[in-house]
Amino acid sequence: MSFAWAKQYEPKSAFTRWIDEKLPLPRLVYNAVGAGYPVPRNLNYMWNFGVLAGFCLVLQIVTGVVLAMHYAANAEVAFGTVEHIMRNVNYGWMLRYAHANGASFFFIVIYLHIFRGLFYSSYKAPREMIWLLGVVIFLLMMATAFMGYVLPWGQMSFWGAQVITGLFEAIPLVGTAIKTWLLGGFAPDNAALNRFFSLHFLLPFVIAGVVILHIWALHIPGSSNPTGIEVKSESDTVPFHPYYTSKDGFGLGVFLILFTVMVFFLPNALGHPDNYIEANPLSTPAHIVPEWYFWPFYAILRAFTGDLTIPFTTIVLIPAKLLGVIAMFGSILLWFILPWLDKSPVRSGHYRPLFRKFFWFGFIPCMIVLFICGGAPAEEPYVILSQIATAYYFLHFLVILPIVSQIEVPKPLPFSITDAVLGKGKVASPPRAGTAGDGDGGMLPGGALQPAE
Amino acid sequence: MSIRLGSILVGLAITAVLVLWSLLPGAYNLAFGPAPEKQASYAFYEHGEGPEGGFSFDGPLGTWDMAQLQRGYQVYKEVCSACHSIKFVAFRNLAQLGYTEAEVDAEAASWTVPGIDPATGETTTRPGTRVDAFPMPFPNAIAAAAANNNAIPPDLSLMAKARHDGSNYIYSLLTGYGEPDPEKAAKLGFETGPGLYFNKHFPNVNIAMAPPLAIDGQVTYADGTDATIPQMSADVAAFLTWTAEPSLVARKQTGWFVLGFLVFATVLAFLSYKQIWAGMKPKKG
Repeated sequence: MSFAWAKQYEPKSAFTRWIDEKLPLPRLVYNAVGAGYPVPRNLNYMWNFGVLAGFCLVLQIVTGVVLAMHYAANAEVAFGTVEHIMRNVNYGWMLRYAHANGASFFFIVIYLHIFRGLFYSSYKAPREMIWLLGVVIFLLMMATAFMGYVLPWGQMSFWGAQVITGLFEAIPLVGTAIKTWLLGGFAPDNAALNRFFSLHFLLPFVIAGVVILHIWALHIPGSSNPTGIEVKSESDTVPFHPYYTSKDGFGLGVFLILFTVMVFFLPNALGHPDNYIEANPLSTPAHIVPEWYFWPFYAILRAFTGDLTIPFTTIVLIPAKLLGVIAMFGSILLWFILPWLDKSPVRSGHYRPLFRKFFWFGFIPCMIVLFICGGAPAEEPYVILSQIATAYYFLHFLVILPIVSQIEVPKPLPFSITDAVLGKGKVASPPRAGTAGDGDGGMLPGGALQPAE
Repeated sequence: MSIRLGSILVGLAITAVLVLWSLLPGAYNLAFGPAPEKQASYAFYEHGEGPEGGFSFDGPLGTWDMAQLQRGYQVYKEVCSACHSIKFVAFRNLAQLGYTEAEVDAEAASWTVPGIDPATGETTTRPGTRVDAFPMPFPNAIAAAAANNNAIPPDLSLMAKARHDGSNYIYSLLTGYGEPDPEKAAKLGFETGPGLYFNKHFPNVNIAMAPPLAIDGQVTYADGTDATIPQMSADVAAFLTWTAEPSLVARKQTGWFVLGFLVFATVLAFLSYKQIWAGMKPKKG
């Protein structure tokens, strides 16, 4: 598709020739994930997670559609119909545990996929659009997962819905009206449960649509790779099939083994026991915590404990709750400008000594601390730790990345992917910051733009 | 350039707000403010371990002990069911505990369930059948609260999954009744609340439920097992684990088949990956 040497689809039989003329769907598949898609030959296992995320989406849709056949979105009976699935539906327990743990595994895979993008700067030109669409998918996934967690109508479902929709109350003047409008009432009840079910069924198909755009955008520049330098010649690439289909097949096997261990032996380890208690608006759980994959963002939300006041007065400019809500949404929304914050001409973290230090010793510990604090009760030392980590999170993306990418002297890059794989000599001079080097997007040595189509 | 300058300013502003208005006041309060109050009850709480030797269904190879489940069912029927329902379980499910079809029917008929008089349409009661769910001990939540010092006895169907480490929790709760250490209680000014009972394994050590298994031999087991309090507690904890997850053993057994297939398939996938990539990477060294 994107390179001149990409193999062309050749229909072999009269039937496939006929199909190819009328609707070239086999050709599309051939060019997208078949032998017609040349991929850098040096991808490591971090490049497995895109395919795995696609698998998770299909798994969630298939198990979810069958679960929906046995579930009733009515506050009176929802909890009972989930138990009906667990007890009376043939292999219902397997479907439900696969769906619940499938959500967790989807997030594990997506977090590793995002981690890959951050370390290898996959978001940089010419791949900004892939990254932006990825952030959209992530936001849609968070909404879908949150609404799915409400459906069993257990205690954490109910109180989670109460807390998350309560965030909108922080909006000045219209907040309470918006919350009431979103819930269809003053508290989560039948109206909220019904619309959450409807949206939980709809959004995965919206995600599937954005995934198609994500893959489409990917096929224009082609896949990135661990060196971060662009493909220069045919020897830099291998056809996606059979090279990466076989590697992804192995990765899928490892993924499924880990998934099976959770589904069949530890199915409730990632859930909260309180969700096996039916929703009760009159009884608040001791600690309301979201699902584990929201913990880092929940920690950012709760890090803001003090109202922003004018010093030495009691005049409140922004209440603490609104600060927390802005910070939580901002922590993800800032990913939308990430491609323009990090201007280093080198993509891969391997060749960026300063960036790499901040990444491993700043960003990763910061995310681990946020994760732990988000799942912990709101008491010391977790509050102070989450405040320090939240501050670092924003400093990392908004202050450190722009400055580091300006002052850093990158290590010399290999001349080509083939050289990197075969271990041949490196180029003598490192690219200077701010100029288009080998690591800069879409530029061939001659300065011409990479042919797109 | 301006976008990066803007982002640096925004980043510094967020950090300033967080540090000056939240972090520093919090740290000051932590260092010089009053220590957070701890309830005296926490001094008496002890984490409960499960029965000695664990349960037969523990671990990836665990299976049900049918005799124990039947004993546990007997404890539920003769003791717990006076106040607690297991509304998600039906009599037909008892076939899983090793009872024959005839025994299930006889067991169902020994319970009284709500019914409708076919002649008059009046609500009445009738003996249970295998399709009925276990009956509720109280007609509604208000009646349940009124009969129990205002505490509604929770449904036990899912109790083993609704608490952390639920099977062991149920066992330790049933064996955790007693009196607080008098010296410690006098020192801390601790008293068990009015109408409540001291239980060292209950999170706030004050539980509304009177000790349900108070004396050894409270139940006479058909299989001759000595009905000590720990024995009855372990049996009913096992039974309630089954009511919470009837598919537990089937799930683990299915898991081994699935794992076996996947390991085989993954080895094949790995070998084909290696074969396809042979010669693509330079030999090391």
